[in-house]
Amino acid sequence: MYDAPQVTKQETAVTDVKIQASDVQVYYGGNHAIKDVSVAIDDKTVTAFIGPSGCGKSTFLRCLNRMNDTIDICRVTGDIRIDGEDIYDKRVDPVQLRAKVGMVFQKPNPFPKSIYDNIAYGPRIHGMARNKAELDEIVEKALRRGAIWDEVKDRLDAPGTGLSGGQQQRLCIARAVATEPEVLLMDEPCSALDPIATAQVEELIDELRQNYAVVIVTHSMQQAARVSQKTAFFHLGNLVEYDDTSKIFTNPEDSRTESYITGRIG
Amino acid sequence: MPILWLTVIVLALAALGYVIGRRRALASGDGRIRNLHSLPSYYGSYVAMMTGVPAISLMLLWLLAQPFWVNSAVLADLPVSAVADGSSSSLVMSDVRRLADGLDRAVAQGVMTEADIDAMGSDLSGIRTRLGNVGVALGSDVSTDILTSAQDYRTKAATGRLVMSILVLAVAIVGFGWAYQRTHKDFRARNVVERGIRYVLIAAACIAILTTIGIVLSLVFNAIAFFRVYPASDFFFSLTWSPSFGGGSELGILPLLWGTFYISIIALLVAVPIGLFSAIYLAEYAGPKVRGVAKPLLEVLAGIPTIVYGLFALLTVGPFLLGIFGPDGVGWMQAGTAVITAGLVMGIMLIPFVSSLSDDIINAVPQALRDGSYGLGATKSETIRQVILPAALPGIVGAILLAASRAIGETMIVVLGAGAAARLDLNPFEAMTTVTAKIVSQLTGDADFSSPEALVAFALGMTLFIVTLGLNVFALYIVRKYREQYE
Ligand SMILES: Nc1ncnc2c1ncn2[C@@H]1O[C@H](COP(=O)(O)OP(=O)(O)OP(=O)(O)O)[C@@H](O)[C@H]1O
Ligand SMILES: [Mg+2]
Repeated sequence: MYDAPQVTKQETAVTDVKIQASDVQVYYGGNHAIKDVSVAIDDKTVTAFIGPSGCGKSTFLRCLNRMNDTIDICRVTGDIRIDGEDIYDKRVDPVQLRAKVGMVFQKPNPFPKSIYDNIAYGPRIHGMARNKAELDEIVEKALRRGAIWDEVKDRLDAPGTGLSGGQQQRLCIARAVATEPEVLLMDEPCSALDPIATAQVEELIDELRQNYAVVIVTHSMQQAARVSQKTAFFHLGNLVEYDDTSKIFTNPEDSRTESYITGRIG
Repeated sequence: MPILWLTVIVLALAALGYVIGRRRALASGDGRIRNLHSLPSYYGSYVAMMTGVPAISLMLLWLLAQPFWVNSAVLADLPVSAVADGSSSSLVMSDVRRLADGLDRAVAQGVMTEADIDAMGSDLSGIRTRLGNVGVALGSDVSTDILTSAQDYRTKAATGRLVMSILVLAVAIVGFGWAYQRTHKDFRARNVVERGIRYVLIAAACIAILTTIGIVLSLVFNAIAFFRVYPASDFFFSLTWSPSFGGGSELGILPLLWGTFYISIIALLVAVPIGLFSAIYLAEYAGPKVRGVAKPLLEVLAGIPTIVYGLFALLTVGPFLLGIFGPDGVGWMQAGTAVITAGLVMGIMLIPFVSSLSDDIINAVPQALRDGSYGLGATKSETIRQVILPAALPGIVGAILLAASRAIGETMIVVLGAGAAARLDLNPFEAMTTVTAKIVSQLTGDADFSSPEALVAFALGMTLFIVTLGLNVFALYIVRKYREQYE
């Protein structure tokens, strides 16, 4: 199991901790979905969450930007700090937190607006553009980074809901990066993408890593191995193992991790 | 045989058919369900269906058709002398029907026997009082011709009913036998029952549609009768509404339409913001506890009969407004009954309507959209304004249009709250009236039913029907057009 001092032993020692979660418990009513999870997520690093379906990856991810607040029956305890600041503190405004910690949801959820307005939504709310030209620029840049610009550049006024599932997924990625978050949480961002688009998104993730912390949930072991530097393996609400990706995939410590990555459980 | 008994017998036969059909099917499959094509209950239902449905349908059709047939048969035999000057054969026929009905009732109650009636011969003086005793009031004394016709009517009706009973029973038995004989383990009872259920549902839908068509047709014919006696251009374009039952009325619809729209607009100005905001509060902000209490409460408001709102307008809102705007206050208002009174109260009536429809619509916006917006760092009100309301807008517009057509069709509040004066005026503190209120007053007066003053009600109704129909169609169109957006 992971314990804190190991972080300092990383080869990517230049990074510092962006998110520090300690003893996090999540309950959905009586269902104990996350059990005692402690993890330190590094800045300028891609961290992958892997684990069988229903093990709590999405739930834990949603704790990191307090999206679980919107679920009535959900209760989160423990301590989660971003840049040393407790995000569950009463003085923290979850709205501001979410502007800083962006999220791409497991299911694509474009707004029933035009493609342009979908992307411009965040920048408009946060006053990121002073005029239309700047906004256009932000939108184009986001769409390019989301690897969807070429497909939609001629129909920015078409409704975002009219795109294909994979296009919608990339639209949502573009929408999330348009607000320039410091941390990007991506819940299975490539689940509906073809290999080409997947490669483009992975390139984006790699690019984002230069400046931000990225957390990605994935069911693809290859993807986790390709894009991430650190990997966390969840099982039945527990964080079983958290270590360098190379270590997890070559020499896991826990037998459950080994069974999972070699395809025997999950 | 009374119809009740006939129905009971047919239903009993059907029930018997269920049991027997089921048993026969099982027997043909050696008592094992696996050997049958369908579950045993399907065979039972099949026999029951074939026994009951055709027989009962025949009975209903017969009951609908028989009066027409008897009527025309009796009418054909009606002596010319029976129709007095200044009367018409249809009036005489209604006397005949009344008398026949009265005799039936008298016989049923044992006040008279058939022999009594036959023995009366030409002495008809007592019949009116005797029928009066059993609760049938005759308009005038009975003449021999009418009595003969009434007797004729009664025999024909009785024969008709007898034939019907026999036929219905025959159909039931034949259906029973036919279905019983087909019941066998290889028979596809399940598919047949399925088809039967479909036909029953189709029949129900047809009845709903046909009655609507019937209502529209009766409106149309009467409206056409009106336009025969009153020029359509005057009706649609004249600016005055002043019916006088002595003749020479001016029946322009414009003042009434204006009153309708004015009151409806005030009502919507009250109902839409309040209803919408309360829906937003309930759907987005209220906790489950508040919601659990507030939503049913709002819906109770929707269940209050409109006459109660009318009383509220007359007794509470009117005097209250008069206190503020009346001669003792600002001095704009002369009486409690005014457009503003009716509009306000109608608005209150529509609040729960708008809010509960909008609440459902807002709740139908997928949570994923809210998550998407919150996830980008939007606040609650930004999310509502920029994501939820635009997504829900078509539905909300539909709800508002439905509310508008309710406002347009509302009568009681107008009668009690807005006064009765047909006026083209902009001042909301004046009394005005609406199309619906005038329909009531035109038909409840004692005008001759074929005079334009009475027939105008149908033209008004027709216009109103077209306006609300248009609104509803438009509402449905909007709702449909945008529905796919997030589905
Ligand atoms: N909104 C919710 N209400 C109640 N229970 C929930 C809710 N969301 C998740 N859960 C429960 O929490 C547990 C973890 O769910 P979670 O969505 O985090 O799984 P996951 O690891 O993301 O799975 P997947 O890989 O299938 O997306 C599951 O048992 C699930 O039933
Ligand atoms: Mg998930």
